[in-house]
Amino acid sequence: MSFEIPDDLRYRETHEWTTTGDTVRFGISDFAQDELGDIVFVELPDVGDTVEQTGEFGVVESIKAVSDIYAPVSGEVTAVNDAVFDKPELVNEDPYGDGWLIEIEVSDEGEFDDLLDADEYEAQIE
Amino acid sequence: MASRETPLHGTHDDLGAKFTDFGGWQMPVEFESIRVEHEAVREEAGIFDVSHMGQIEVSGPDATTLMQRLTTNDVTALDPGESQYSAITREDGVIIDDTIVYRYPDGEAAGATGEETSFLFIPNAGHDEQMYDRWVDYRDEAGLEATVENTTETWGMIAVQGPDAPGLVTDAVTELEGSAPADTVSAFSRNEAGFGTIAGARCFIAKTGYTGEPGFEVMCPTDDAVDVWEAFDCEPCGLGARDTLRIEKGFLLSGEDFHPEEEPRTPFEAGIGFAVKLDTEFVGRDALEAQNEEGIDERFTGVKLLDRGVPRGGYELRADGEPVGHLTSGTMSPTLSEPIALGYLSTDCEEGDRISVVVRGDEKRAKVVTPPFV
Repeated sequence: MSFEIPDDLRYRETHEWTTTGDTVRFGISDFAQDELGDIVFVELPDVGDTVEQTGEFGVVESIKAVSDIYAPVSGEVTAVNDAVFDKPELVNEDPYGDGWLIEIEVSDEGEFDDLLDADEYEAQIE
Repeated sequence: MASRETPLHGTHDDLGAKFTDFGGWQMPVEFESIRVEHEAVREEAGIFDVSHMGQIEVSGPDATTLMQRLTTNDVTALDPGESQYSAITREDGVIIDDTIVYRYPDGEAAGATGEETSFLFIPNAGHDEQMYDRWVDYRDEAGLEATVENTTETWGMIAVQGPDAPGLVTDAVTELEGSAPADTVSAFSRNEAGFGTIAGARCFIAKTGYTGEPGFEVMCPTDDAVDVWEAFDCEPCGLGARDTLRIEKGFLLSGEDFHPEEEPRTPFEAGIGFAVKLDTEFVGRDALEAQNEEGIDERFTGVKLLDRGVPRGGYELRADGEPVGHLTSGTMSPTLSEPIALGYLSTDCEEGDRISVVVRGDEKRAKVVTPPFV
């Protein structure tokens, strides 16, 4: 089975993605949503909270499993995707689009160097 | 130890199943999606590979006595071709396993030597060797004359469940033997079973299952399992859907809702007192009689979460901030789209009471619900 891995994103080994820049969005990868199966609940931080690179920033639960999700880079939360609270299946249906999770203002752009690019992430999940 | 594989493993792989280890068996957890599979069983029909369940045959002159001593229900109530739910308990009354006991049409067991009473019982996945040893040890200590055979590797087992299942099974059966309880499988009563032919294979066909829907379980020779599976055109389902279906109905799962070491529970605590016949002699009877007179402190019941979240096994239950029990199984119900759970709760709490579930440190509002949820 092949999974969508957009070239313009960066990834963590734990299957989260982030856009790049000053203000970025986080989500979970196509591979991760497929592994989890039907997602039924998402727990996310509030706007104004700070998240630390590699620290837990929320929880995604499918019918069969609970998974902590980890921040690709550090920063302050500037937006939360409220739509996934009412429709968690958006994470399954569109993990890089409507199923995004939070937006943050990045505190240290150097942290992007610690992440995987699309080729490296693809090699990891093969 | 390497996982055991059922005779249908390759078929599941071809269908794109995701696998998990369950009771020492490599089993499909889902094919398309748990939600799709769950809905198929509630609304139409689904097919499950349950070959990981154990099969033990008991025959010989003392077969009835041996079964009566090691299971809590009354096997003498069974006519040929009937089955009953039962528990296997220790001396202290704690459940080791739960099971379905079938009384074969007379003379049918592999070890049977004549027209004598013989049985098949179905221990949970990974328990077949332990149960075989228990039966043989007890037989030898008691000096009983009975043949015990572990036929887990001999039989494949397939469950077809859902409102359309009786029609699917009726159509698939090309011949039903004279010892069956009715002329057609659709005329079987709940828990009845008989021998018949499906896809050219001689199968033991029982009107049993663990989804709460009408349906059948088919035991077939291992070599014929793929042909029998392919005789049914319905949604392939994995253990994930099996779990959400049984939680909605409040059915116990061995190893989750009871476990002799990690969650030691008696049948009365676990809500299966109906399967305990205290007027029979069985291992654990005296302890259970005493508990029946004294009463229990906690009982198995249902909980519905009122706040957002998913209740899971291991989460604490509180009333007015004080611990009153814990959950053993939980899920987001695919049928109700509501978070539901099963667990052990103080008998001081009653149906409808408001309690809380501790989810990752936060108390979430919940209420006590007597299962089934659907």
